[in-house]
Amino acid sequence: MANLKLDQSQIAKVKKLAADIADEIQAQICTCSSVSVERAVLRLFGVDGASEDNTPLPNKIVELARKQEMLDRGISAYFAQAMLKSGRDPQTTAELLERGNLSIDKQTSFPAAEIAEKEAGLARHAFKTLQKTRENKLRKQVSQALPAQPWRYIIVATGNIYEDRTQARSAVYSGADIIAVIRSTAQSLLDYVPFGPTTEGFGGTYATQANFKIIREALDEAGEEQGRYIRLVNYSSGLCMAEIAACAALEDLDMLLNDSMYGILFRDINMKRTFVDQYFSRLICTHAGIIINTGEDNYLTTSDAIEAAHTVTASQLINEAMAKKAQLPDDLLGLGHAFEINPQTENAFLYELAHAQLARQLFPNAPLKYMPPTKYKSTDIFHAHCLDTMFNLASVTTGQGIHLAGILTEASHTPLMQDRFQSLRNIDTIFNVARNLGDEIEFKADGFINRRAQTVLTETEAFLNEIKGSGLMKAISGGKFADISRAAKGGKGYDGVFTKARDYSNPVMDLLEKPLNP
Amino acid sequence: MSEMIKPYGDTLNDGITQLAFTLPIENSAKARKAAEIYVTKLNFENPAVAHAEKIADNFTYFVVFARAKPSLDYSTVTASEVQTAELDFYQINNLIKKELNRKMAVVGATIGSDAHTVGIDAIMNMKGYNQDYGLERYSEINALNIGAQVTSEELLKKALELKADAILVSQTVTQKDAHIRNFTELVELLEAENLRSKFLLVAGGPRITNDLAIELGYDAGFGPGTRPSQVASYLITTLLAK
Repeated sequence: MANLKLDQSQIAKVKKLAADIADEIQAQICTCSSVSVERAVLRLFGVDGASEDNTPLPNKIVELARKQEMLDRGISAYFAQAMLKSGRDPQTTAELLERGNLSIDKQTSFPAAEIAEKEAGLARHAFKTLQKTRENKLRKQVSQALPAQPWRYIIVATGNIYEDRTQARSAVYSGADIIAVIRSTAQSLLDYVPFGPTTEGFGGTYATQANFKIIREALDEAGEEQGRYIRLVNYSSGLCMAEIAACAALEDLDMLLNDSMYGILFRDINMKRTFVDQYFSRLICTHAGIIINTGEDNYLTTSDAIEAAHTVTASQLINEAMAKKAQLPDDLLGLGHAFEINPQTENAFLYELAHAQLARQLFPNAPLKYMPPTKYKSTDIFHAHCLDTMFNLASVTTGQGIHLAGILTEASHTPLMQDRFQSLRNIDTIFNVARNLGDEIEFKADGFINRRAQTVLTETEAFLNEIKGSGLMKAISGGKFADISRAAKGGKGYDGVFTKARDYSNPVMDLLEKPLNP
Repeated sequence: MSEMIKPYGDTLNDGITQLAFTLPIENSAKARKAAEIYVTKLNFENPAVAHAEKIADNFTYFVVFARAKPSLDYSTVTASEVQTAELDFYQINNLIKKELNRKMAVVGATIGSDAHTVGIDAIMNMKGYNQDYGLERYSEINALNIGAQVTSEELLKKALELKADAILVSQTVTQKDAHIRNFTELVELLEAENLRSKFLLVAGGPRITNDLAIELGYDAGFGPGTRPSQVASYLITTLLAK
């Protein structure tokens, strides 16, 4: 295997720095919850559906508690009490609450122990649901072979879930291993998860539990036909990270875009909200066996890919450290990076190899998510295809895990069926002709690639030291990532974060936080 | 004087065109024939199906070469391009300093549901695009890039706050012509508020031509590959000519 000569003690140092940075954030996360976390709890209890005005029931119920300024105790105990009162299942209880036939009461009319027992029962149900989805997927992966990495990741984005289904099937036929259904661009800013199947949206249609189910079924069928397991991806980012994670777990999704800082930087979502939400969403992913995909590639769309290479590495290390807080194992860490260097730069490919190999060696067991060129993609589709070819070569040579297909029409429109076909043919050709290239080559000890990787690692160490010094939140406010600056109390969704009361209760989180292998 | 033109392969007026398309049918001799016939319906002759391949159940992808029949009289074609002297970074700063005698203020954003900032960033961010500095780097330009998913109202509010001379609006990803609706919405808002004449209004993005921008009520439009200095040259020369 091609190997960079990296200083192992320096690697230990940067990992320790990232862990310290994550410790500081985690201390703040533990004191807070958010409306999205509470709604995710309800979803895992078994609450679904929407009211007549299309407001999802989890939103309605959390709102009932919030209006009475009671939410700081968490929704769990109130809901458990409502269930004791109604004597019905979670869904029926939710419907009764929505219709006003039942209320969320501060006053407890049941013994505390009885409420706690009800809560524990609901939490056990949630826990089992998450276990079940993991087992479901494992079973399918055993009966249908998993392809070798890099896995070929294809997006569908028609804006209509039924058209997405047709496109997804054709993508599987053309060779995709992973299908991502792009959601409507503005969804990250919605403070609810829309309900039911949808046939509209911009740049994609909405992420809803019903839509997840439609595509999951289609992929299971297509996968069986093709004899390989097809992974399904969606987005756990924005204002509903935790809730989307819950919906995804309920419908056996395999991967979620989930970054500890992306929403803050690129969607101007409040940082506290994002940190709190990402933690619970990742706890769900850990137990549901969902691979997270982090969003470091986005930094390079606003910053220069050579100058800012160390910010990508630093963010990967922070994302890893924060994922470890949620007990995510290495094989669920799709840490992100991208092939975004200006192709006019001489030896751009050598830089790309150095960056990709550095990520490979820093996270040897993680299925790294490698993004294709987008920034310098030309509207000349033939030239764009040429860039993608080099990207494919870098990916197979450095053994990347999750390979996002570069599409020749990237700069013009969302992919047509034939664009996807071209893209996959390119990938298959390059992966095949260069399958073991990485095993055969060595990087010159004092050569360009080794020196470049060393430079990035050294810059990363200095950068992490700086962040640790100021604290991550201050670093983000100071524009240290992606040249974007965000204020601690600014951004969307801040009013949905609250400090937990002393008697706050979230039995699902308690179960999910227990050590995995005691 | 008429000036007849046709696509060029390797001989003048051979009309050679390459086409790539997908038909919703299974690949077969009949399907390839259908592709051929279809291309002749598009006003081509001598179609040659170079490649036909199944790409999904009931879908076949074709690459076809054919000779285009119609000719076009090029002398009858009119189209506009943003006409402006191309100045460089230093010339632009100098011109603003000497002729405008104050800083030029520019706000930019990607409006509507579009989350892609690649276009507006290329023009506005410090770094710029293709070795050409972005507007933020100009000492004489007060540039504010608000980012993506900005509403028309927010953009206008910022433009008024900053006393902007120009508003740059970008649309990258589009579906079912959402970009046209977004562009139009901003113009309508400006007109409703009686503020349209207050700003130079510039549209940008991969689907934008100057003609389209003007049709939509903008002052100018810039397509893919535009460098920040081209936009800045346009802004200052137009502003001074006003």
